[in-house]
Amino acid sequence: MQAAKPATPVVPKMDPVILRVENVYKHFPIAGFGGLAVRAVDGVSLEIRRGEAMGLVGESGCGKSTLARLITALTPVTAGKITFEGEEISSFRGTRLRRVRRKMQMIFQDPFASLDPRMTVGDIIAEPLDNFHMGSGDERHSRVQQLLRLVGLNPNFTNRYPHEFSGGQRQRIGIARALAVNPSFIVCDEAVSALDVSIQAQIINLLQDLQREFNLTYLFIAHDLAVVRHLSDRIAVMYLGKVVETADRTDIYDRPQHPYTKALLSSIPVPDPAVEY
Amino acid sequence: MAQTLLQVEDLHTQFKTSRGVVRAVDGVNLHIDVGETLGVVGESGCGKTMTALSILRLLPDPGKIVSGRILFRGKDVTKMDDEEIRDFRGNDVSMIFQDPMTSLNPVTKVGRQIEEAMTAHNRFTSEQAKTRVIELLKRVRVPAPERRVNDYPHQFSGGMRQRAMIAMGLANEPALLIADEPTTALDVTVQAQIIQLMKQLNRELGTAMMLITHNMALVASLCQRVVVMYAGRIVEEGPVEQIFRSPQHPYTWSLLRSVPRVDELLKDRLVSIKGLPPDLSRLPPGCKFHPRCPFVVSRCKVEEPGLDEVAANQVARCWVLMRNVPEEQVAAAKGLVISREAAQILKEPTGDAGS
Amino acid sequence: MAMPAAAVERIDEWNVDEKQIGLWTDAWRRFRRNRLAVLGATIVIILILVAVLAPLLVQLGILQNPLKQDVANIEVGPFQAGHPLGSDELGRDTLSRLLYGSRISLSVGILVQGIILPIGLAIGLAAGYAGGRIDNILMRFTDIWYAFPDLLFVLVVVSVFSPSLLTIFGAIALVNWVGLARLVRGQVLSIKEKEFIEAARSSGSSPFKLVVKHLLPNSLGPIIVTVTFGIPQAIFLEAVLSFLGVGIQPPTPTWGQMVFDGYQAVYANPTSVVFPALAIGFTLLAFSFMGDGLRDALDPRMRR
Repeated sequence: MQAAKPATPVVPKMDPVILRVENVYKHFPIAGFGGLAVRAVDGVSLEIRRGEAMGLVGESGCGKSTLARLITALTPVTAGKITFEGEEISSFRGTRLRRVRRKMQMIFQDPFASLDPRMTVGDIIAEPLDNFHMGSGDERHSRVQQLLRLVGLNPNFTNRYPHEFSGGQRQRIGIARALAVNPSFIVCDEAVSALDVSIQAQIINLLQDLQREFNLTYLFIAHDLAVVRHLSDRIAVMYLGKVVETADRTDIYDRPQHPYTKALLSSIPVPDPAVEY
Repeated sequence: MAQTLLQVEDLHTQFKTSRGVVRAVDGVNLHIDVGETLGVVGESGCGKTMTALSILRLLPDPGKIVSGRILFRGKDVTKMDDEEIRDFRGNDVSMIFQDPMTSLNPVTKVGRQIEEAMTAHNRFTSEQAKTRVIELLKRVRVPAPERRVNDYPHQFSGGMRQRAMIAMGLANEPALLIADEPTTALDVTVQAQIIQLMKQLNRELGTAMMLITHNMALVASLCQRVVVMYAGRIVEEGPVEQIFRSPQHPYTWSLLRSVPRVDELLKDRLVSIKGLPPDLSRLPPGCKFHPRCPFVVSRCKVEEPGLDEVAANQVARCWVLMRNVPEEQVAAAKGLVISREAAQILKEPTGDAGS
Repeated sequence: MAMPAAAVERIDEWNVDEKQIGLWTDAWRRFRRNRLAVLGATIVIILILVAVLAPLLVQLGILQNPLKQDVANIEVGPFQAGHPLGSDELGRDTLSRLLYGSRISLSVGILVQGIILPIGLAIGLAAGYAGGRIDNILMRFTDIWYAFPDLLFVLVVVSVFSPSLLTIFGAIALVNWVGLARLVRGQVLSIKEKEFIEAARSSGSSPFKLVVKHLLPNSLGPIIVTVTFGIPQAIFLEAVLSFLGVGIQPPTPTWGQMVFDGYQAVYANPTSVVFPALAIGFTLLAFSFMGDGLRDALDPRMRR
């Protein structure tokens, strides 16, 4: 006897573009100067596809950190639209916005400042779970341990405080926190810049593994083109608040178009004494 | 024969903390010749900054030089009295630091600060100092120096501030300039300019330089010799081309391999050094690097190797040495790192990524 | 969530101490090392104990009743006729009056801070976190309040509303909350921009949670210190009020009253002014040492 076949549910085709930034501006008015403003982000448009790792490079003051904060809605836009998974988050406030954060998380630059020094590591990682009411106390605890194991840390150290860990370990904790609620999109704001070279390599490898395993989408922000090259499928170069070039990673390094990109590439010191710097 | 300018002999610098004695510098021997550029490489906590601070006797409390000699032109710095050391600092040897914003006095004009560096040593009168400041700023390629002397540090960009620091360091024509991570706080393009500048100054003025950094690539651009430090001691030393071409110590080798590079074919995985840098108050027995070494053998765990000569002018502190490691082991440690695209191009089989 | 295919490196070697050094434990250790602070804290604890136990001591007969007028022994010096510190012009035992007076002083000091704490916290947290117009309004309000001369204001309030313990608490608290509010606001402002607050926001924390779970715990240090220093301030203010005659009314003994009475009889019985004055002085000193020690112990910069 054959059971009645259930009606095939209509699966809406997922938009391949997970994040769309359209003509976004962020101006910080300078007090006392009338109309003058610092144009941190000056008309940026870009698209990030689901599952890809997008690199964003630029030097200090180019606006990449501001752009990161606009995308994660930590700062409101002055003008322009930001669409995430089909919703125009640039107009969201309050609870509506907080709900979006479940799918979009961020890893911060400074491993010493991005963890609350007065909270235990377990609480820090569990905070997003608590915010979104995910799981009971026990379930959360085992999830925290699972996350710690995932990032290569001892799962028994949930009662420790951040100051007891090294920079690289703290970054791992930050990564565990970002993964806690199963986001689809993670913004890494200079996540490895503050680390020693060998630890940087560990974290870059870890981020790569996690992306592959959980099909994450990354926006990887850095000032180091060489680091970005490892993690990204496509790379955008920013200068003075604008994106000056976007290309596939091989194209950017082999055939840079914009003079600033060329300048950046030629400034990278190569660990080979034979090469003239 | 090159003249030895600075000779550090068996230097031991320690910090007594509540957690035990931290052996920040644990038996370091190095030398710099007149006009030479030496790179001191290592990650944070390896003792390179403490070595520099020991040379200038600028150790923070509770650091102390417990033994060893630091000979500058034959005179022992560790035995100098207050007056001699003040004469020595900023005059014979000067130092520039990592973050120029915090090294410059924010409430004093830049020109004034550089002047003070000169008048403090009574080598120039006020008037001479004033004119010299402008010359110095010109030399470090600060545009419009006549105007810039009257600016405050916050009016300078990061790169210019570092140039001003270099000008201050060179004000009294020191024989040796120690630069501690001079470009870490700067952008890539600015970093390139500063390194160029330092190269030029070394050529034009003949000032010897000691570049302390964790960035091997900078050393490749600027230095003639390099010293690699780990856990407060030197693990490898030699001429730059040799070290980069054939590093013998596994730590040096790993450092070179873990840097992502733009000029090479893309690898699947970076070689990272497993584990963490050691706690200097609780060092492991035997070779200090052995817990993290991909080529460790049993001898490494019990006996600490000495600094032995491994090639002409090159020394390394290792029982194994990279040249004795079989090819397969080296490849395995690299994780057989060819990406698929590269494999296509090279028509080679891809290996398995991961340990 | 399945484990990733490529083995993630485990960091097995732990250079972390076996013992957990919590932040409070570390602060406690540092406090203990500061001898003056420990001395101050000890005196404070003894004072509190004595103040609490005073009625019991009277019941047990160890201490004389502070209200009992021993007419035969008026204005005697110390160690005479069973009065360890002498007696006042009505024959009342100075020692027991001192100890009973400490009850008033300490309760004013501590309870006033108890009132100030919620007011100062609420205003400071709100102003600091909200920023903008709310901050502006609250701060201007604070400034206006701050402009009132303390003593005058307290005198007026107490005179208008008759000098009971409650009005005195209220008056002193009303005058002194401003300092705490400003401090809290300052703390909030400096912590607000730190990355871990951004991280908490990006983890979906609501503003309320940010304030209560992040901003407040990280500001505790200076708050504790301010409250500790506020206690001797309030004690002193109460003593002044009593001295001026508008504090707690006799026959309840207070230190300020005792100084006033003693000062009037200074030629006849010099020690009777010395003892209450010393009591005030030592109490203030003890709290100050303790406060200093707390400030150093809780300073986050000392970590590592």
